Amino acid sequence: MGNRILFNLVQLLTTLLFAPLVSGVIARLKEIVQSKRGPSIFQPYRDLWKLFHKDEVVSEYSSWIFRFTPYLVFVTPLLVTLLIPVLTDYPLFFAFMGDMLGGGFVLALGGFFATLAAVDTGNPYGPVGASRTRMVGFLAEPVFMIVFFTVSFVANSTIPYIVQQRWITPTAAFFEPSHILLLLAFLMLILAEGGRIPVDNPSGHFELAMIDESKSLEYSGRGFALMKWGGAMKFFVLLCIYLNVLVAPWGLAHEQTLGAVLLAIPLVLLKMLAFVLVLVVIESSLSKLRLFRIAEFLGAAFITSVAAMITRLFAM
Amino acid sequence: MTVPTPTQPDAILWLTNLNALVCGLFLLVSFGLVAIRQTQACVRLFILLSVLLGGSALLLSEIYTTWHLVVVGVVDICTKAVIIPWLLRRALHDEVYTRREVTQVLNIPTALLLALGLAILGYLLAQPLLAVGGPSAGAVNLPIGLAGVLIGGLTAAVRREAVPLFLGLLAMENSAFLAGIGVAPEMPLIAEVSIAVDVLILVMVVSVLTRAVHEHIGTTEVGALTTLREGPGR
Repeated sequence: MGNRILFNLVQLLTTLLFAPLVSGVIARLKEIVQSKRGPSIFQPYRDLWKLFHKDEVVSEYSSWIFRFTPYLVFVTPLLVTLLIPVLTDYPLFFAFMGDMLGGGFVLALGGFFATLAAVDTGNPYGPVGASRTRMVGFLAEPVFMIVFFTVSFVANSTIPYIVQQRWITPTAAFFEPSHILLLLAFLMLILAEGGRIPVDNPSGHFELAMIDESKSLEYSGRGFALMKWGGAMKFFVLLCIYLNVLVAPWGLAHEQTLGAVLLAIPLVLLKMLAFVLVLVVIESSLSKLRLFRIAEFLGAAFITSVAAMITRLFAM
Repeated sequence: MTVPTPTQPDAILWLTNLNALVCGLFLLVSFGLVAIRQTQACVRLFILLSVLLGGSALLLSEIYTTWHLVVVGVVDICTKAVIIPWLLRRALHDEVYTRREVTQVLNIPTALLLALGLAILGYLLAQPLLAVGGPSAGAVNLPIGLAGVLIGGLTAAVRREAVPLFLGLLAMENSAFLAGIGVAPEMPLIAEVSIAVDVLILVMVVSVLTRAVHEHIGTTEVGALTTLREGPGR
């Protein structure tokens, strides 16, 4: 029991500490692809440090929602971390508290409050970005649903710890069409939800074109740091769901010892590095879609996820 | 990754799964053919479709241990993935390939949803047929092939540009073959070879026709050809 709590804490700390590193690595690799040197991969940590030591300015006209949101955005990915396998391939303390759908709802709660906070300040760009995020969100929602339903259809469960074993027993199951199509659909979802390039440009600083970034425009100091950190952790959690639950539980700790769990950290980070390389290739070779083409991008994701479900029907 | 020899049941499982994967990707590419805007990308998707069909034929030949399907796969990849795109490329103006098709008959999400409905219809149509045949490794080919035929028909119906429309028709033919190799692995070779030749002639005729249309009215938007024009071209 005590061990399990310790492992859970290690999982939490991993999410907390390595999430900024992932965004740092992505930024650096993108710059390298463009033949530039780019900032150090530890730049996000320095940014957070700087922001935590700055004063915070809060508009007098904003309500409690504006002050409350950064904490919520910061905490929700950590809550989801308790539900999903970050480092271990056996269930931990809270594994059966909620399934993947529950985790999705918890993440959506943070997004919902971030939207409210963006509207709260009265800054004209906030609501614009917020409504766009909602547009992407509601188009992504059916894909999320179908992906999870397909998962439960194939694996007879939506508890992540049970699902992940389904794809590798036997190894040939990895190449099931529904699995591969599911991976494609979820990859497109990560691009949409993480504000990545075909949908949104994460490094853009032009307010009129912003989708995801404009929600935190009004924040400064500690609030901004929490929003940024929370965003990085949300992305990290999505990657964990993708790589550890949906792809395969390779590299996760199997033995119930602290050493095995600690050893899983570099292995999981290595997996993420491989994914980040794919992401950088996607981001560097595609251009941002026009706003109303996003519907088609997510429509394609929806079709992919439904194709995953019906090929499962076909193969039965 | 090495696939062990197909005597063990484990290897059969691998091959069946890989065949199902190839069929799943086939379905996905069929959907793509409905939705992609650029003509060039349509041709690439069609090449991919043909390669997947060839791949499925080769995998099934390994499962059923029949050399017929090897020939089918090789003939298919040679004609449809190499010669047909090359012919289309030769026969038509470059301008046809750089164009985007902005106006489809239906907007893209609607067309995709329709395609999805057709895919499910294909499943329902194949269900009684599969119940007759009993379980087999190529069982997945039949519903996906039927769905592909329906989706190819939809592609031909919603496209307005000549080349994507024609590729929709060819995709129907591809899908019919995918269904065929699943249910009848011992199909006589003469059928496959004659169809391959037929398709080649079809491509030549259509490309000459498209070229004539292009020279006459300066576009290949066959969707716009609804009124008669009098007198010499232009």
